[in-house]
Amino acid sequence: MRITQGTFSFLPDFSDEQISAQICYSLEHGWAMSVEYTDDPHPRNSYWEMWGAPLFDLAVHEADVVLREVRACREAHPDHYVKLNAYDASLGRQTTALSFIVGRPADEPGFRLQRVDDHDRVVRYQLHSYATDRPAGKRYIAESEPS
Amino acid sequence: MADSTNQRSGDRWAAGVAPYAEMGYYDPDYEPADTDVLTAFRISPQHGVDPIEAAAAVAGESSTATWTVVWTDRLTAHEHYQAKAYDVSPVPGREGEYIAKIAYDLDLFEEGSIANLTSSIIGNVFGFKALRALRLEDMRIPTQYVKTFQGPPHGIVMEREYLDKFGRPLLGATVKPKLGLSAKNYGRVVYEALRGGLDFTKDDENINSQPFMRWRDRFLYAIEGVNRATAASGELKGHYMNVTAASMEEMYERAEFAKEIGSVIVMIDLTVGYTAMQSMSRWARRNGVLLHLHRAGHSTFTRQKTHGVSFRVLAKWCRLIGVDHVHAGTVVGKLEGDPATTRGYYDTLRCSHVPENLEHGIYFEQDWASLAPVMPVASGGIHAGQMHQLLQLLGEDVVLQFGGGTIGHPMGIAAGATANRVAVEAMIQARNEGRDFYQEGPDILERAAKGCPELDAALEVWKDITFDFESTDTPDYVVTPTLG
Repeated sequence: MRITQGTFSFLPDFSDEQISAQICYSLEHGWAMSVEYTDDPHPRNSYWEMWGAPLFDLAVHEADVVLREVRACREAHPDHYVKLNAYDASLGRQTTALSFIVGRPADEPGFRLQRVDDHDRVVRYQLHSYATDRPAGKRYIAESEPS
Repeated sequence: MADSTNQRSGDRWAAGVAPYAEMGYYDPDYEPADTDVLTAFRISPQHGVDPIEAAAAVAGESSTATWTVVWTDRLTAHEHYQAKAYDVSPVPGREGEYIAKIAYDLDLFEEGSIANLTSSIIGNVFGFKALRALRLEDMRIPTQYVKTFQGPPHGIVMEREYLDKFGRPLLGATVKPKLGLSAKNYGRVVYEALRGGLDFTKDDENINSQPFMRWRDRFLYAIEGVNRATAASGELKGHYMNVTAASMEEMYERAEFAKEIGSVIVMIDLTVGYTAMQSMSRWARRNGVLLHLHRAGHSTFTRQKTHGVSFRVLAKWCRLIGVDHVHAGTVVGKLEGDPATTRGYYDTLRCSHVPENLEHGIYFEQDWASLAPVMPVASGGIHAGQMHQLLQLLGEDVVLQFGGGTIGHPMGIAAGATANRVAVEAMIQARNEGRDFYQEGPDILERAAKGCPELDAALEVWKDITFDFESTDTPDYVVTPTLG
């Protein structure tokens, strides 16, 4: 299954040129950029690993700086999800303005929905990511590969 | 008492009926204090009634006055409590209509109570015989009063962080048909719409707990649909569970159950009343559940231009009361909505500071003093083919709800949801790439549809659907084009 978190998951994966266009839009707004990655795609996983510190104060013509970090993160973690965030620090927002997936593992096993019957027809639900059955760092590596 | 003011205006206290304007309810020299509540009323006096006297009467009846002079006023510092009409101006192009601006001292109102504020401001005056019609156009709530209200339980920022959804409008759908589905069939619609790509589904305003489907059964099947769709997508999803009921006890019971089974959001209807809304707002803050408000019934008093209460005022009350979502119009859909007026509503709900803007119907500057913004909801007769117009008119912080535009899709409910999601993402992508998405919208959608048969089918089936009727509620002031 294709995890559809992020702003653009229903569109075909963006080329580097398309990612750059989104970076330029973000920098035009003065937003800080950051790259994050994870192999635990549970929708409640709020804290993906930070690929270095956020990039503040970049000019629009420096979009390549951000794209280089995206590429480097993808190369270092080809079997992880990688997302690019734009952060709006302005008063009244102080939150993420744009966040989209720019790298994902080749195989996405998805989630199991665990149900437990409770009182009076209430069902307790638990969302379980198949990938997290394996230890962190080894979750999306094919069985045949040495790990 | 040797009060020189009273001595000078000795006639003021003679028994009988005195003009309101002469009793102190009209004061063209009054300079409103920063702490005053200000109102702009559209008054239509009866023929032969002086507009200034009519304005003073409105000020009087919405503050301290009654129809005749009462000596017991003299036991109070009455001038402090009298509302003052300080400006009465004819409305351009509307004969017999005037905008009266009235100032009220903050002491007239109980802290944090919309019931009290509205009982004062709109309590009695709307039935006044001396007026043919009366409309409350706008209010300025001073920050000192704003700070006595809780405001939205979560607000737009917390909602987005909670749901982990950024950079695009959220998408929803109201389950249809509104009435008659069994709980199991209802949950099917929830599941299909959410797995297809929507963020929310919604109970309709009149789905409460009827014989064909009781609330508890509906909640159980809906949450199954929500959780299935979350597992199928890896995204957080929600269904607005309508907890509207006949009593607070029943509403709390339903809301507690929705929380217990893990719903991220509940909804109430405007028909429950302001006090019940404030109670539910506190409940939602305390329990970490988003609160959606359907403005059921509002058009009975918001729609007509000369009588009632403007929705921009209701929007302000809703932000003070504290809801996370409120329906605020679509412009292009099936329900009333002039673009400039609707923009005024959206600004009122979302901005931290709203400047005076007569072209948008905003009569007063409003500073919200960091009160959280409300997410506006656009619902009623919209479809994927309008995505460029919706984004242009309503912006990004909005829930776009495609009920018929999802469930009526020829390839099925999930396909309808996918069409809407692809359309919104494609439009955001194009906007961010710097394209003139409003002009190029149809082209952007067509290109996106090449890779998405669901969107292609949606564009085909609804291509000619527009709701092009004249609005009844429009601003009186229009931007004069300048020659460049």
